[in-house]
Amino acid sequence: MAGEGVKLYGLWASPFSRRVEIALKLKGIPYDYIEEHLQNKSPDLLKYNPVHKKIPVLVHNGKPIAESQVILEYIDETWTGYPIMPADPYDRAMARFWAKFIDDKCIPPIWKSFWEAEEEQGTAFKEALENLNLLEKELERKKFFGGEKAGFVDIVANFIAYWVGALQEATGKEVLTKEKYPCLFKWGQDFASCSIINENLPPRDRLIAALKAHFEAAKASK
Amino acid sequence: MEEKGEVKLLGDWPSPFVIRARIALNIKSVDYDYIEQPVPPVSELLLKSNPVYKKIPVLLHHDKPICESLIIVQYIDEFWSSGPSILPSDPYERAIQHFWAAYVDDQWFRSLCRLAKSKGEEAKAAAIEQVKGGLLLLEEAFEKCSKLGKAFFGGDEIGYLDIALGSYLGWLRVNEKMNYLKLLDEAKTPGLAAWAHSFCAHNAVKSVMPEIDRLTEFAKARYGYQEPTLPTK
Repeated sequence: MAGEGVKLYGLWASPFSRRVEIALKLKGIPYDYIEEHLQNKSPDLLKYNPVHKKIPVLVHNGKPIAESQVILEYIDETWTGYPIMPADPYDRAMARFWAKFIDDKCIPPIWKSFWEAEEEQGTAFKEALENLNLLEKELERKKFFGGEKAGFVDIVANFIAYWVGALQEATGKEVLTKEKYPCLFKWGQDFASCSIINENLPPRDRLIAALKAHFEAAKASK
Repeated sequence: MEEKGEVKLLGDWPSPFVIRARIALNIKSVDYDYIEQPVPPVSELLLKSNPVYKKIPVLLHHDKPICESLIIVQYIDEFWSSGPSILPSDPYERAIQHFWAAYVDDQWFRSLCRLAKSKGEEAKAAAIEQVKGGLLLLEEAFEKCSKLGKAFFGGDEIGYLDIALGSYLGWLRVNEKMNYLKLLDEAKTPGLAAWAHSFCAHNAVKSVMPEIDRLTEFAKARYGYQEPTLPTK
């Protein structure tokens, strides 16, 4: 199966794109990577994902798959090696539940809370804290969401493990601290330092600089 | 054959999400206890079974809860693997079904909700265009998934995407009725129009799809749906 036309259209700073790279690398699948530009999307990207026009898109033997969680399950079903999803149906249901919770209920309010001005009520911030509490409870007594090794939920939670820290440094705002979320904090460090995973995260300084520039540009345009 | 009490479903009859779980259980011929849990208020049982969302449906299998309708459907497919398949076996075809199911939930159903809530002619017209636009995309997806000529997205039999989209047909019809319009148009989306009839007539579906009149009365009472005043000359 190795070497059979695998292409990934992504963005270096996107956690969704990096999820797919982590999965491909964990499985040892060689692939061609195409860096997209948000302001100038390639004709290929528009052709392969006409509905959403977004990255990541995985193209395998000319056939495109979009939506990062869908891509992760596709990779796990197509290639053997490192197991991303658990084997038991109930555990799989739980993994999908927490992955959906992270994408629907954690990432959006966390992201928004970095944009909320200090003087605002902080509804996104409150929602983020509540939902991070639920994740914290889920992690108790576990090294990774996937158990002994990082799995589907851990990969989907990459934003929490790595991007949140960078956002905190870029904005000076604190959301996830060691004191408030000791399990999540430790998990984030363990996840980001796993071999293979650590090589497939964006360089920290470059990410912080890009996030700072993003916030400055938004402030300037107000 | 399941032991009594082994499989329970907490649900509410108007909910398309509950309908999904029931269709999946019917496809697999699973014996289950159906427990109506109209929300609000959130019962103790529901709170204990789904503390994160406090919503139905919840599947309780040997008292272990599974939440979120499409996750429940997949669980049913994977656990009762000897029954008819809900998802295809090919990973690429599975990915396509997942992609469109996510589109149906995240984009299309939201456009239907916006139509239901929209006030004023302009807003309504814009909302109608969005719903119809989504149906045109789904018509294309239907042509590809059903491999031309088959009755369902799943081919000869109902599958995952049929369940995901079909569960909304009741609410689609309510919106058509309340607005005196046709959203699922035989001329523009012939494949989907025929599919809708086949889906609702399927044995696994007909006993769990609510009657449109009953659903309409529910919508009026719960959400304040009002019939628009008919245009006058």
